[in-house]
Amino acid sequence: MESNIKEQLDDILSQYGGGNGDLIPILQEAQERFGYLPEGVMAGIAKFLRLPEGNVFGVATFYAQFKFTPTGKRMVKVCRGTACHVRGGARILNEVERQLGIKPGETTDDLEYSLETIACFGSCALAPVVVIDKTVYGRMTTKKVAEVLH
Amino acid sequence: MTFDEIRSQARAEWEALEHSDKPRILVGTATCGRASGALTVLEAIESELAKRNIGAIITQVGCIGLCYAEPLVDIVKPNRPRICYGNVTPEIIPQLIEDYVINDNPRPDLALGTIGDGSVDGIPKLFELPMLKPQVRIVLRNCGIIDPENINHYIAQGGYSGLVRALGMKPEEVIEEIKRSGLRGRGGAGFPTGLKWEFCRKAPGKVKYLICNADEGDPGAFMNRSLLEGDPHAVLEGMLIGAYAIGATEGYIYIRAEYPLAIERLELALRQVAEYGLVGDNILGSKFSFHVTIKQGAGAFVCGEETAMMASIEGKRGMPRSRPPFPAQSGLWGKPTNINNVGTWGHVSAILQRGSNWYASYGSEKSKGTKVFALAGKVNRTGLIEVPMGISLQEIIYGVGGGIPNGKRFKAVQTGGPSGGFLPAGLLNLSVDYESLTEAGSIMGSGGMIVLDEDNCIVDIARYFLSFTQAESCGKCVLCRLGTKQMLDILEDITTGKGKLEDIDLLEDLAKDVVAGSLCALGGTAPNPVLTSIRYFRDEYEAHIKDKRCPALACSELVSYYILPDKCQGCGICLRDCPSEAISGGKRMVHIIDQGKCIKCGTCLDVCPTKFSAVVKVSGEKVTVPSKPIPVTATKRNTGASGGSPLD
Repeated sequence: MESNIKEQLDDILSQYGGGNGDLIPILQEAQERFGYLPEGVMAGIAKFLRLPEGNVFGVATFYAQFKFTPTGKRMVKVCRGTACHVRGGARILNEVERQLGIKPGETTDDLEYSLETIACFGSCALAPVVVIDKTVYGRMTTKKVAEVLH
Repeated sequence: MTFDEIRSQARAEWEALEHSDKPRILVGTATCGRASGALTVLEAIESELAKRNIGAIITQVGCIGLCYAEPLVDIVKPNRPRICYGNVTPEIIPQLIEDYVINDNPRPDLALGTIGDGSVDGIPKLFELPMLKPQVRIVLRNCGIIDPENINHYIAQGGYSGLVRALGMKPEEVIEEIKRSGLRGRGGAGFPTGLKWEFCRKAPGKVKYLICNADEGDPGAFMNRSLLEGDPHAVLEGMLIGAYAIGATEGYIYIRAEYPLAIERLELALRQVAEYGLVGDNILGSKFSFHVTIKQGAGAFVCGEETAMMASIEGKRGMPRSRPPFPAQSGLWGKPTNINNVGTWGHVSAILQRGSNWYASYGSEKSKGTKVFALAGKVNRTGLIEVPMGISLQEIIYGVGGGIPNGKRFKAVQTGGPSGGFLPAGLLNLSVDYESLTEAGSIMGSGGMIVLDEDNCIVDIARYFLSFTQAESCGKCVLCRLGTKQMLDILEDITTGKGKLEDIDLLEDLAKDVVAGSLCALGGTAPNPVLTSIRYFRDEYEAHIKDKRCPALACSELVSYYILPDKCQGCGICLRDCPSEAISGGKRMVHIIDQGKCIKCGTCLDVCPTKFSAVVKVSGEKVTVPSKPIPVTATKRNTGASGGSPLD
């Protein structure tokens, strides 16, 4: 682990007593701090809690909140809820995948974009919906994808 | 300060607010309000007041349940009734402030209704309107009325008087009170709450835990979120009462991370109760001590299940375990534990405040009290409602909900989220209570209630729910893990025209096995949407399988769009707007859709001018069209016939 990351991790761990119940809150803080969970960080957490690394990996990979690769500067979320699905959400997703060259759960090599699909944003009247960071783009078409991405 | 002193102070503060000589403006800024633009409206109000140098008191309140009319703004002028305005935009704020705050025109054209005593000419009383009249707001009593970030508002409304009363009773007496009320768990299963507490009370051991289930994972459910954002103390007081009754020393609120505003409000509420000595050691000078910690979920729907939730709190993967032992005997870290839903805690505080007899006067014989529902889908007035148990589905959907929009036909109502079922028109008179819903094949569930109309495909929505439960299955039980996957594959085949007649029987067979082989309610109820849809809408399945036809025209693989040659006038709008360049044609030429390129997005149908209405959407039939664009013939000029019949 590089020293900067180790420092930040130690800072997080210093607030915890080390009981098993601390594992998920620690992972959540680390995810918040680093944007994802680097392998070294998970190993450091395992050491602190005196758990096998496999345990920590097992817990972290169980929960959808945790990411294991760095996330991009811009988070692109394509809605795959029912309303969006029926209005062509699948084609929008395909176009986004094509333009960015990545699949959901991945990040572009230059760390500019990450792609995710979400079950429902609750903006069903504007289907199909794409959300980039905090901006909601409604009534999406495959033509508009290039526009909103760049 | 003693509680009496706290209460007097709180009441004085509330009275001063109510009788303020300054105008008061209340803005609903819970998550729904924010999603509709309430914060921009708030900014517009603040800026207009500053511009005109008006000293008004602005309060941000929670959700009053009229989601369809958000953003909501209430104006209270001194000595005048409170008026609620709906669908408020930043643009109308300056005029509204001029008309009513400065002058005396309450703008009946913009007002929804008045709240409280007194009346205003031309404006109805809000709670007499059809969407509120059948409602009985017990759990949601303060939402939209008080500032959820001010504990004194809660106390002034009788808050924490329930806790004070409980502390003056023996714990067993508190349990009896809850039993007498008839309260059943509002998380969905409906287990009698008093009985559940009694099991935990009687379990041996000094250390006991209490958990509030705020994981609310059902898509389409936001009852818990609204309560936590709009009145977090109603939940905290319930938890304190419960902890005293069962003898718990520590409590956890397990809340999903996707509810940041609710988490913020809870954290603030916990700090406030600590300051007032209502939580912590020796609460209100008694021997009762109770500490609460917030635990955030990490994105696993299965953690809403009580044993999975406890595993998660213990830092493990959220996988359920078998019972017995039940949590009441051996739960969190092996200690007796009682888990209840956010809604249940909200009812508990009301019951101790106002008495079990009062509470039991609402509801039906076996399902006492009220239930909060998140009414959504194809209904005019979507929102958060609280109705007495025993009300009919008809009254909820057509009375409170205002019926189906756009003159469409009701098809079904889905209750219980991914664990529930579809109820058809023939069951609209069904009484909404635990037993009736279960008998009909659905469940009460946590409160999601989604209305579907003729344009919704039941098979497609059953597939949608199953894809959700399949993705969220923890994987521990073979039959849940593989059975839901297989059922989903079959449903995907059916909705894409690859279904076989044996599939319906196979689905029912698999469903039985999945239910039998699942350790928890996720797998145990995942087949419900499929089973009820086969029970009540078998004809839709058969149409998909035998005729490769989707009656609702919803399943994209089974639907085709055609441009009718005798209606098309070659205006070119559809060609221009087609996102996949699937339309060919020219000026005054009949346009043709290339079926191979068509992505079934429906844009052409939307943009074709109504006077031509040349685009049709069909399923299970073919429309004859020319193989390439041909000139529009003058003799076939149409003057706006509606719809279109397929040529043969």
